[in-house]
Amino acid sequence: MSEAVNQHTEVSYLEYKGRFKGLFAWIFSTDHKRIGLLYLYSMLVLFSVAALLGLAMKIELIAPGKTIMDAQTYNSFFTLHGITMIFLIVVPGLPAVFGNFFLPIMIGAKDVAFPKLNLLSWWIYIIGAFIALSAQFIGDGPPDTGWTFYAPYSFRTGTNMLPAVTGAFVLGFSSIATGINFIVTMHRMRAPGMSWMKMPLFPWALYGTSWIQVLATPIVGVTLLMIVLERTMQIGFFDPALGGDPILYQHLFWIYSHPAVYIMILPAMGVISEIIPTFARKTIFGYKAIVVSTLAIAFVGYFVWGHHMFTSGMSGTALYTFSILTFFVAIPSAIKIFNWVATLHKASIDIQTPFLWALCFLFVFMVGGLSGMVLGALSTNVHLHDTAFVVAHFHFIVFGGTGYAFFGAIHYWYPKMFGKMYDKSWANIGLAIFFTGFNILYLPMFYLGMTGMPRRYYDYVDEFHGPNIVSSLGALLMISGLIIIITNLVRSAKHGVPAEADPWKGKTLEWTVASPPSLENFEEIPTVTKHPYGYE
Amino acid sequence: MEKDQHTHIVKYRTYVYVLIALLFMTFVSVAVTGIDLGPYTVTTALLLASIKSVLVLLIFMHLKFDKKFYGIMVASVFLLLACVIVITFMDYLYR
Repeated sequence: MSEAVNQHTEVSYLEYKGRFKGLFAWIFSTDHKRIGLLYLYSMLVLFSVAALLGLAMKIELIAPGKTIMDAQTYNSFFTLHGITMIFLIVVPGLPAVFGNFFLPIMIGAKDVAFPKLNLLSWWIYIIGAFIALSAQFIGDGPPDTGWTFYAPYSFRTGTNMLPAVTGAFVLGFSSIATGINFIVTMHRMRAPGMSWMKMPLFPWALYGTSWIQVLATPIVGVTLLMIVLERTMQIGFFDPALGGDPILYQHLFWIYSHPAVYIMILPAMGVISEIIPTFARKTIFGYKAIVVSTLAIAFVGYFVWGHHMFTSGMSGTALYTFSILTFFVAIPSAIKIFNWVATLHKASIDIQTPFLWALCFLFVFMVGGLSGMVLGALSTNVHLHDTAFVVAHFHFIVFGGTGYAFFGAIHYWYPKMFGKMYDKSWANIGLAIFFTGFNILYLPMFYLGMTGMPRRYYDYVDEFHGPNIVSSLGALLMISGLIIIITNLVRSAKHGVPAEADPWKGKTLEWTVASPPSLENFEEIPTVTKHPYGYE
Repeated sequence: MEKDQHTHIVKYRTYVYVLIALLFMTFVSVAVTGIDLGPYTVTTALLLASIKSVLVLLIFMHLKFDKKFYGIMVASVFLLLACVIVITFMDYLYR
């Protein structure tokens, strides 16, 4: 698609002077690119805080007994770490940052369908974040329920639950608005000639994600509202003492929160599907299979929520049904892995930082996926439920999946977003330290879980001490890698060398516009005639 | 893409009929709560709510007069919701 690469004939979106100046030129901008960056900066701050909370927890676990915090503080830390990471970072993450920035450009549009709604989504996100985080500082102490707000504890705890739940409820509106915006954008604003089967795979992933956002988020919104009503008006939905059913809460919560895992992972898969063909210099293997498996994951992902509840006391029929369905959802995920690996077969691979992130993604995502199979089987799940094994699996999937794809995406699209190239040597050093630390941190937790260490406890018996020391040292190493990576990116935004329009020799439409793009992306809307990955 | 659109004007009389039907079913929904239908209480409530939603979608939201594609999309969403409800009740009915 990218025969002609435009140079800077128009002022870039970073230099464009609109009605407002300074900070206001950003927080009131309806430009999809600036909104994408607003999300990026907001998430960078929140991620730094949540990652430090995670590090503090690992330092607490470096030895049995109290090390740096007491039990209640530890409970509050894992709750805040979970709420921030899930609701404020990984769920909105890739769609809000890279979806906003690149979806319109990749489909040949000047902006999303509803730019003002897009800005409103960011404002709702910020308001939701303030409400959720205010729970830490006002009222009766920080929440201690974990990010799942499980009933009946969530309405019996004396801690400050309402703002946290209300914040999560408000954040849902941001997610829904973004989802609707993206669906309409893809239906109505694709460039002439870009049929559905000529659309790049990242937009396809965003399409599947957006449907999940629109259809699943209201369920958790209503559920969280029911907690508020139960706490404030004593209406019995979930509390057995009031005639409610606590398992109903788990059903309603996971009807959203399992599809939410696919909100996190589908865009990540989309990013990997962009990076691999670019650096393999090869058409992606099985484009249609990837598209179909994206939609299949989005669809089947709705029906597997019960595998989070195998020990809750559900009926035997429900247990078998959910276990079988869980194994079904692994099939389309595996199809994608095979397609990516097949794309690399006999390819002329250009090894650059984004490609290394994609390779690391493949490794950690497969470890996460295969350990998910262990948890999807009824017999092993009973043994491993609520142990450190689940924490390791979850972080391999969510941090290893979404997190690696996020960093892969930022290293891939950074020259386009900021018009500067980062220092590749430091980027690779940071990745090597991060990847090593990540594995040292989480692999021992599989062993700890299998030998019986429960999660969400600030203390443990002496038998678990050795692997916990290794795991905590891994956390320190991983954070060191993160500091290098983020410092390099932040520094390069100012001091990096100017980037070419197409530094990676990519073929999708974003590489046909200047780096950084102009306000309206294209001087003239392009006509698409070729497949997005036409390398041969 | 997909630029073709057309308008369709619905008669006021049709809107009034639909409004009466919606009000009637609301009264029925309330009245039914006084009858002990056992496990079918939820089924009845959901059935009435679904019929009302379909009427609103078809007439007030013009789905009936729009492209078939949008009808299929909405039907798929309802199918998904139905599946979620059925699977949830596989727990409650067999517990």
